[in-house]
Amino acid sequence: MNVNFQTDSKKSDTPSTPKAVIQARDLDFSYGDSQALFNINMDIHKKEVTAFIGPSGCGKSTFLRCFNRMNDLIEIAKIKSGTIKISDVDIYDKNVDVIELRKHVGMVFQKSNPFPKSIYENIAYGMRIQGIKNKKELDETVETCLKGAALWDEVKDRLNQSALGLSGGQQQRLCIARALAVKPKIILMDEPCSALDPVATAKVEELIHKLKKQYTIVVVTHNMQQAARVSDRTAFFYLGRLVEYGPTEQIFMNPENPKTEAYVSGRFG
Amino acid sequence: MKRYFHKELSELKNKLILLGEKSHGIATLAIDGLLENDLEKVNQAYGMDDYVDDLEMDIAHSCIRYMSLRSPVSSDLRLLLVALKASKDFERIGDEAHSIAQKSCKLLTTEGSLKNSLDLREMGTLTCQLVKDSITCFVEEDIDKAFLILKKDREIDTINQKHFDTLSDEAMRTEMSDASRFNTMLISKSIERIGDHAKNIAREVIFLLNGDQ
Repeated sequence: MNVNFQTDSKKSDTPSTPKAVIQARDLDFSYGDSQALFNINMDIHKKEVTAFIGPSGCGKSTFLRCFNRMNDLIEIAKIKSGTIKISDVDIYDKNVDVIELRKHVGMVFQKSNPFPKSIYENIAYGMRIQGIKNKKELDETVETCLKGAALWDEVKDRLNQSALGLSGGQQQRLCIARALAVKPKIILMDEPCSALDPVATAKVEELIHKLKKQYTIVVVTHNMQQAARVSDRTAFFYLGRLVEYGPTEQIFMNPENPKTEAYVSGRFG
Repeated sequence: MKRYFHKELSELKNKLILLGEKSHGIATLAIDGLLENDLEKVNQAYGMDDYVDDLEMDIAHSCIRYMSLRSPVSSDLRLLLVALKASKDFERIGDEAHSIAQKSCKLLTTEGSLKNSLDLREMGTLTCQLVKDSITCFVEEDIDKAFLILKKDREIDTINQKHFDTLSDEAMRTEMSDASRFNTMLISKSIERIGDHAKNIAREVIFLLNGDQ
């Protein structure tokens, strides 16, 4: 069954009541006998950047990977109860096509992973798989995506060279461009800057800020200053539980929960 | 590399300049109103303080927000610290101007006019110029002008001391009522305090520009 994940509905989408694109309800998740997430409830809003923070092992990456069912690839991983809806569709419904879901929900990983192909082919790959062969269309999309990822000016004269020759920061932005090529609505980023130097990190952060005008972005980061700089909302996880979730300004200036206060001020974690 | 949030610092600077201009405006209006026996000006100055208070709180919030979310260092951090302190000084200038307007209103209502202006005109002109210079040295990043303000403030202190001595003198009792002498003394003190705040702002600009405390 082909499920429609379109999120451009204009109704109930006003600034005062931002539309929740992703809705997690009463989510319990486990790896075998070990429960990783406990009763998570969260609304993630359209065209905003949402950051997940928390110490290692708190469940933030696990939760992120639930949104495009990347955890399906782990045999012992299982949602015990609860639901995750994207654009009001239960993504764990048996009728959902996981390939369609992952086209709709793109992902960028901690370590940049360009294909051992040219810069051009890295971007065109997803479209070719979809059966697009028209050269003009491919050229246009490659250019648009590289521009969208703020990489075009740096690579436009060497599109046929290997992507592996790019710097770490450029490779990461290439991976973001590649994710854009299949026209997702949501982009998940799992520690996208942890392997980058400060300048490359700043470029990716600038890119995230630019992309949120068009995309809903969820980013997992260990870098609290990065969460504070780039996100509109922040969620703090601890031991598999969502401790506090709210506007980033609130989380970093006046959190409600003492555990959040202690974590963001570096007193534990 | 220019970051998307750096424009928040430009907006903060603009707000601080606006606050400075408003505070200078109130102080000028209050002192002119008194010296020109113009109750309308005095009342106008009396009612302008709330805007300055709100703007000062807005600046404080912007500074704390930027410090919490943007990890500022070096000159960006100094700018935020200066904005926090200077905005407080500008707000206090507004308060002193408010106080001058209040005392002036009493004086003009009971006496009809200022019986003896002493050196208030010279003092007022000098003080308003110092406030203006404190804004200019921030806008133009002019450290020489900032150092000059520190010197000029002493002239205001001297005039205030002179006023205090004159108004305490028995001879003045025949010329002015006790209430008038007391209010004039308070007005002189408020003008002197405005000069002190301009001096503080100049010190803050020096810290902003060279990092020295």
